[in-house]
Amino acid sequence: MDKISVETPKDLSGALEIMSKSKLTPLAGGTDLMVQQEFGSLKAKQFINIWNLNELKGITHTNDSFRLGALTTFMEIRKHKLLKQKLPMLVQAAKLVGAIAIQNRATIAGNIANASPAADSVPALLCYDASLELTSTQKKRIVPLKDFYLGYKKMDIQSDELITAIIIPMPKDNPTIYYQKVGARLALSISKVCFAALVQMQSGKLVDVRISIGSIAPTPLRLYKTEDYLKQKKLNASIISNAIEQLADEIKPIDDIRSSKEYRVKVSTNLFRNFLESL
Amino acid sequence: MQKNLNIKVQNSILRTEGPAKLSGKTKFIDDMRFPVDLLYGATVRSPVARGILKKIVFSNEFDWDDFTIVTAKDIPGKNVVSIIEDDWPFLVSDKINYIGDPIALIAHHDKDLVAEALNHISFKIDELPPVFSIDDSRNKKEIIWRSDNTFKSYLIKKGDVDSIWESADFVIEQTYETGAQEHLYIENNGMIAVWDDKAGITIWGSMQCPYYVHNAIMPLFSLPAQKVRIIQAGIGGAFGGKEDFPSLIAGHCALLAYKAKRPVKLIYNRREDLANTTRRHPSKTTHKTAVNKDGKILGMDIDFALDGGAYATISSVVLSRGAIHAAGPYDVDNIKINANVVATNTPPNGAFRGFGVPQSCFALECHLDFVAKKIGITPEQLRRKNFIASNGSLATGQIIRENIDYQKLMDLTFKHCNFYEKLSEFNKSNRLPGHLKKGIGFSAFMHGGGFTGSGEDYLSSIVGLTVTEDNKIKVLTSSTEMGQGKNTIFTQIVAETLNISPTDVLVPKPDTAIVPNSGPTVASRTTMIVGKLLEDAANSLKDILIGTNFLKQEYSAEEFFKAAKNYSEDFGTLKAYTQYKNPGNIKWDDSTHLGDAYPTYSWAIYVAEVTINTLTYETKVDNFTALQEVGRVVNNTLATGQIQGGVLQAIGYAIFEKIIWEKGQIKNNNLSNYVIPTSLDAPNIDVYFEQWNKEYGPQGAKGIGELPMDGPAPAVINAVNNALNTNVNAIPMLPENLMKYMEKIDE
Amino acid sequence: MSKSQTVNITCTINEAQYSFELPPLTRLIDVLREDLQLTGTKEGCSEGECGACTVLINGELTNSCLVPIVQMDGASITTIEGLSQKGILNKIQQSFWERGGAQCGFCTPGMLMSTTSLINNLSTDEIPSEEYIREWLSGNLCRCTGYSKIIESVSLACEVNNG
Repeated sequence: MDKISVETPKDLSGALEIMSKSKLTPLAGGTDLMVQQEFGSLKAKQFINIWNLNELKGITHTNDSFRLGALTTFMEIRKHKLLKQKLPMLVQAAKLVGAIAIQNRATIAGNIANASPAADSVPALLCYDASLELTSTQKKRIVPLKDFYLGYKKMDIQSDELITAIIIPMPKDNPTIYYQKVGARLALSISKVCFAALVQMQSGKLVDVRISIGSIAPTPLRLYKTEDYLKQKKLNASIISNAIEQLADEIKPIDDIRSSKEYRVKVSTNLFRNFLESL
Repeated sequence: MQKNLNIKVQNSILRTEGPAKLSGKTKFIDDMRFPVDLLYGATVRSPVARGILKKIVFSNEFDWDDFTIVTAKDIPGKNVVSIIEDDWPFLVSDKINYIGDPIALIAHHDKDLVAEALNHISFKIDELPPVFSIDDSRNKKEIIWRSDNTFKSYLIKKGDVDSIWESADFVIEQTYETGAQEHLYIENNGMIAVWDDKAGITIWGSMQCPYYVHNAIMPLFSLPAQKVRIIQAGIGGAFGGKEDFPSLIAGHCALLAYKAKRPVKLIYNRREDLANTTRRHPSKTTHKTAVNKDGKILGMDIDFALDGGAYATISSVVLSRGAIHAAGPYDVDNIKINANVVATNTPPNGAFRGFGVPQSCFALECHLDFVAKKIGITPEQLRRKNFIASNGSLATGQIIRENIDYQKLMDLTFKHCNFYEKLSEFNKSNRLPGHLKKGIGFSAFMHGGGFTGSGEDYLSSIVGLTVTEDNKIKVLTSSTEMGQGKNTIFTQIVAETLNISPTDVLVPKPDTAIVPNSGPTVASRTTMIVGKLLEDAANSLKDILIGTNFLKQEYSAEEFFKAAKNYSEDFGTLKAYTQYKNPGNIKWDDSTHLGDAYPTYSWAIYVAEVTINTLTYETKVDNFTALQEVGRVVNNTLATGQIQGGVLQAIGYAIFEKIIWEKGQIKNNNLSNYVIPTSLDAPNIDVYFEQWNKEYGPQGAKGIGELPMDGPAPAVINAVNNALNTNVNAIPMLPENLMKYMEKIDE
Repeated sequence: MSKSQTVNITCTINEAQYSFELPPLTRLIDVLREDLQLTGTKEGCSEGECGACTVLINGELTNSCLVPIVQMDGASITTIEGLSQKGILNKIQQSFWERGGAQCGFCTPGMLMSTTSLINNLSTDEIPSEEYIREWLSGNLCRCTGYSKIIESVSLACEVNNG
């Protein structure tokens, strides 16, 4: 029979201490993990319950950045006034996670660490150049989210490390944003395509372009080639159509239970065109 | 607490079991327990779609000592689920016909151990090539069921369609397809069975038709009727999904209880329920229509085919109803309907709200929009030219004598939803740039109430009323409450007829040891047929008391119960039973499928307004208008709720709900991947009733349960085609499909 | 074989205190339904999609099928059984009854918990829009009503709450 065990440390240092000794899977809001357990797809047997660690809670900011504790729930994100103003795509993503009861339990770090290509918050976070704070008893390191995913469900994290916070630079000026989650229904949906983009224009030129799409590759992607193509350009019909071609080339969607490769390519390019034409 | 029930009897009352449901006290099957020595059962299923079972292997690695294990060899009686054809075994003895076909049953007192045990059973099977599609089955790629793969065929003929093709201005042909649909009751299937050597078997469960289960269990154990007792638990939604299939689950549960000599609980979880229980039959329909340029339809040739899955279940009856409705509420002189339901190696399809009509109605109502477009008139003009009127005749030759005025129904519907204003507004706005396009579409359709043809004669339903010692009227029927409001409707009918308070009427849950067989709770028959029998029974209670001179013609509730008491002192408990009798004017010929298919129909026109996002190909139904003539509306809140629920279930059918198949097996058997609409996806649904007829049912109430499932899918798809000028001819139409339809116009 | 781990948990459920010794990942829904016979909380999907198992934990709307008992130490939980006092329907339940918000009754306990949370989250005198109600209930699937009568019921409950 399965021998499941859960350690519940009192504080962060206790948690890191335990993690330095044995390989444990962090258990936060449980919205992914408990489903996997029920469906028999959960391989891990030993867990560390971090749900009550106060050090991992709360949203703070300085002039330069936001710091979201790893256990920040999507409900906390969607209720946060300054986030609404400064990181509207993240707030919109939070609003579209599952439904209210899920948003009350699902955490931002859990969404990242579950490493689903369809993770709702990740395209927005990638556009906002978010980084992760990884902590162990030995050290603390900052990993840009864009470098965190190494492949499908593979991440740059050691077994003694815990994601302790998400750091997001405070956006300068007021970028133009475009966010659209395309799912099978308006709530409780897993994205077929999750499109996030952000640009900064200066005298008609694109000085900053960031595009990220979920569910079109083994991990959510920043589309650097397309971004590079557009940078410092003034938009016209032929630039737009070249950019779309570039984007279609850069994404690698597949057919799966939720949608088709063809649809994902078409919708990604449609949304991209719509965004560029609206600028 | 129930003070709101004291309102005037003629008006709607509040749902009688409402307080129990609203406080979470209603006992559904999984809420019950027999804690002393309950075992948990599980079903061991085939991993292959077709083959011959050679051996069941119980791994030596696992400790089977405390397990109860049942295979086909343990069955004391007949190994067949008695429905219509004797082809469906409770447990596979040799031939396997779908992935999930039950092979064995296990039970143990430790629920987790039962789940674990399923991983330690394997099989030796000689696999055979399976058939998964209607076309492959009709073309006999493999013979998988009896001699020709066909569960049932009907040919309905009116006039001579083959004589008119040459004289028509246009002959227009197209094929339409619909997919399988899950009922998606929120409560999964489940049963509890208790065996007693003297009393026999008692089964509690979530089911629509206790006497269907009763009929299936008797031969399984070779037990007489009085040794099989079926008791209904709360039902968390059914929609047809708990009509035929519970007989199988009840049989499984009973077999385990019989072998273990202990109570057994057999509850499906969502994944097991989605993967293995019945669904709506997928369909493929080809319409060939002869029409003149003024829109007059001269003839319809309809080929209607259903995928029945692995076993016959009630497929022949679904086919019959679908075929009878296939030409809709139109009076056309020449009609030929060739209907077939064939076998495939997929889980058996079965009863589902609408019962074949959502399929044939989708094909017809989409086709009529297609025909109108081809000949250059509006969909409205085409319908108006061909609608049935009083004394006109439907496809089976049935002459409609009731008051029916479809022209007026259409006027009213279009007025309610501002059809013309919206149509012109959408036409204008769709020409502007922007990626949101709007469309409006409608469908006209009807649904027959009660069993088809001679079905009600065959059922000969019985209901009873008795007066209890504490001055209540007890309603005895086998009709089940599954959310549709039968408790409340029966209460109202009986209270109203006897002129007593609804609080004096009790409607206990059916228990076959107590209630007579008033037939299954299906086919939009409960209010119209069973309700009418109750009205008759209530009248006979009254007649008995007045006839025996215990009661005057005019009386108060108090006087009624006093008279009943006095009567009982002389003659014993006051009771009245009534049985269905054919009113005499219903003529039906089973062999030709011609005549009065139903005593009456409910008539409707539904309108859908949609917005399509042309970037993502998503369709949102914004507004929905449902107008119907259903005779008397017994309870407005309940009736409106039934219509709204049916409409959304049908919108799900049209644009959300798709089974993803892999080798005859569903891949998306969970609720995150089989997608039904949420409250955010649901449109505003305006419901209107017209009440023109009073000849049928209790004070003129006709059936409404299935009607709202029939018309929404074609209305939605017609609205989409209206918005985009596409030719969508298959559902479910997911965004991925709409993308392709739109590419076709671009070409 | 070593013994399976169990944890000791004390929590408040419908204002009564309970202590359990259970395996740590035991789902809250199982504790409610199996151990306490609080069967008003329903299981419909086992994956947080249908909302039939919705309860309030420390006032927050939660799917009890996704909550491991190990996280419930010190928590305060309200289930459908905690809504009616002495068998009298509360204002929300009464509104659902009057407006036909319950049909088969299986999604109903979850719907009522979501409505309770919706009303608890309103500011004084706030009347929520239909869209707001639809979003708040979007985690509770209903197959009977098409949601219309549920939305009406919730609107009435909000009015009654203010009046």
